[in-house]
Amino acid sequence: MKKIIIICLFFALNSCSQDRDISLSPVAITLNFAHSWGEDDISSSDFDELKFTNENEQTLSINRLRYVISEITLIHESGEPTVLNEYNLVDLTNEAGLSFTTSESILPGDYVSASFRFGFSNNLNIDGAYPDLNTALFNVPGLLGGGYHFMQLDGMYIDNNNQEAAYNYHVINAFDGSNSNDTVETSFSVNIGGLTIGSNTNINVKMDVSEWFKNPNMWDLNEFDTNLMGNYDVQLLMNQNGSSVFDLVSITQ
Amino acid sequence: MKKYFLLLLLFSILFVSCSNKDNTIDEEYIPIPYSLKVPELFQQKLIAPLIPINNPLTEEGIALGKKLFFDERLSKDNTQSCASCHNPRNSFTDNLRFSLGVDGVSGTRNSMPLFNLAWNFNDKFAWDGKELSLERQALEPVKNPIEMHSSWSNVASRLQQDQEYPLMFLNAFGTERIDSTLVTKAIAQFERTLISGNTKFDQYLLGNTSLNQQELNGFTIFMSEDKGDCFHCHGSNNNPLWTDNDFHNNGLDASFNDLGLGAVTGDPNDNGKFKSPSLRNLVYTAPYMHDGRFSTLEEVINHYSEGLQNSSTIDPLMKKVNQGGVQLTPLEKADLKAFLITLTDDDFINNPSFQN
Repeated sequence: MKKIIIICLFFALNSCSQDRDISLSPVAITLNFAHSWGEDDISSSDFDELKFTNENEQTLSINRLRYVISEITLIHESGEPTVLNEYNLVDLTNEAGLSFTTSESILPGDYVSASFRFGFSNNLNIDGAYPDLNTALFNVPGLLGGGYHFMQLDGMYIDNNNQEAAYNYHVINAFDGSNSNDTVETSFSVNIGGLTIGSNTNINVKMDVSEWFKNPNMWDLNEFDTNLMGNYDVQLLMNQNGSSVFDLVSITQ
Repeated sequence: MKKYFLLLLLFSILFVSCSNKDNTIDEEYIPIPYSLKVPELFQQKLIAPLIPINNPLTEEGIALGKKLFFDERLSKDNTQSCASCHNPRNSFTDNLRFSLGVDGVSGTRNSMPLFNLAWNFNDKFAWDGKELSLERQALEPVKNPIEMHSSWSNVASRLQQDQEYPLMFLNAFGTERIDSTLVTKAIAQFERTLISGNTKFDQYLLGNTSLNQQELNGFTIFMSEDKGDCFHCHGSNNNPLWTDNDFHNNGLDASFNDLGLGAVTGDPNDNGKFKSPSLRNLVYTAPYMHDGRFSTLEEVINHYSEGLQNSSTIDPLMKKVNQGGVQLTPLEKADLKAFLITLTDDDFINNPSFQN
């Protein structure tokens, strides 16, 4: 009987040990980025055609959409934060960076909140520091504060003269060259909420591109179409509109 | 027993002779690996150059590629080499609007300069991106009837009869048997060594020289979204390639005689799009644009300032197309030109490693 108990205990302890080893091994997580215009999903195959209508009833196309996300942050239920020092360039134009698996690993478990940053915070928006973004020409000129674009959204629209005109909705830090080069951070955190990190966690996020033109600032492309990078006030408006562009679609394990 | 011994001997001789016929050597020569001499700024600012795993750089491969690049036996009548249209003294282009082939027939595209090709990460070459690697690009001119107008079988046969080539191929690739695959691999290796990274502006960024006020003003115009706005396609102090290696319709024509990328992809949204060339060595690469329509830098600057043509695929970065362009003043144009000239790399032009 004693032998049986010892054998049972051995198997029980062994199986517990295996469970704990698996659950405590750090894992990567994957962020998947989808895109929509309102209710309609979009991809690069929808580009280059005047097929979208913004809240201001202006017809427009998308020719280029790329943006950077960084600082994936998780707060464990113990209160301990984990910040991944990584970034990802999402390039819908070339269907690149749409799925991003972190290089750094995270301990599995329950997290009370998770987030990523659209763009770079000031301390990471270091001029010329990221070779892949330099190669992609994602830089911001030094005379506008340097660092990197947070988003390039380019296309054509039908203007008040019923002509096709270009727009370059480029999001960067707000830079006031007329006021001692004052810079306001316009990157922002996108909250995903609480989640459980398992061995194969996929966080599926969607950007509704129409929100950039809509909420809370109704966008008039006739007024703000090009040369927006150096427009301090417009960058603040873009930042406000950015707050509603991302939605969490699902988390799968 | 003696009979078996003789048979064995015969088989041995047969195998040895087969081995010789196969042009391999008993003790295989291992070519010496070569590392690109990456300029300091490139190391700081760019991701590592792209070298295909099936064609690693070796000293023997590069030397062979250089010899082939300058060899006129690649053409039908032994009159033209790659260097005929890609002259080192012109930053590996020529000064013609359209290069002439061996039969005196001209093409329809301007010869592209060749440098910093290992940093073309999309691996699409030529003005329209039709060549999906340097190796594949090098296949084309030899058999093109308006270029070298030869055939690869003829070229391989000629090279095979040369006194030096078989051994060079053996040392570079482990076989004396010459074919188009190995010829183009060698040429591509040589082309990847063509690195231009020592301009006045490079030295300025490294803190080794200064720019005059006109050059600095020109750089500001280049980098200003409301002036030249050149940086979105042509790079900046943070990208020493001075190109995005991407394809754009930069407003040359209202309708297209040459579809460019569109003819390759079949997508009408790509019609009229051509590769952004690097702005390095512009002093040596006239005439400009895919069809060499502009003879001078002034004409190029005037195009972006007042000459843009609208069309269905115009790039949104050509934002003032309805006003004809970015409307630079004569002084701003002169400043911009002064800056562009700081992107001239005389060391590259005169580098003896790149001459015949």
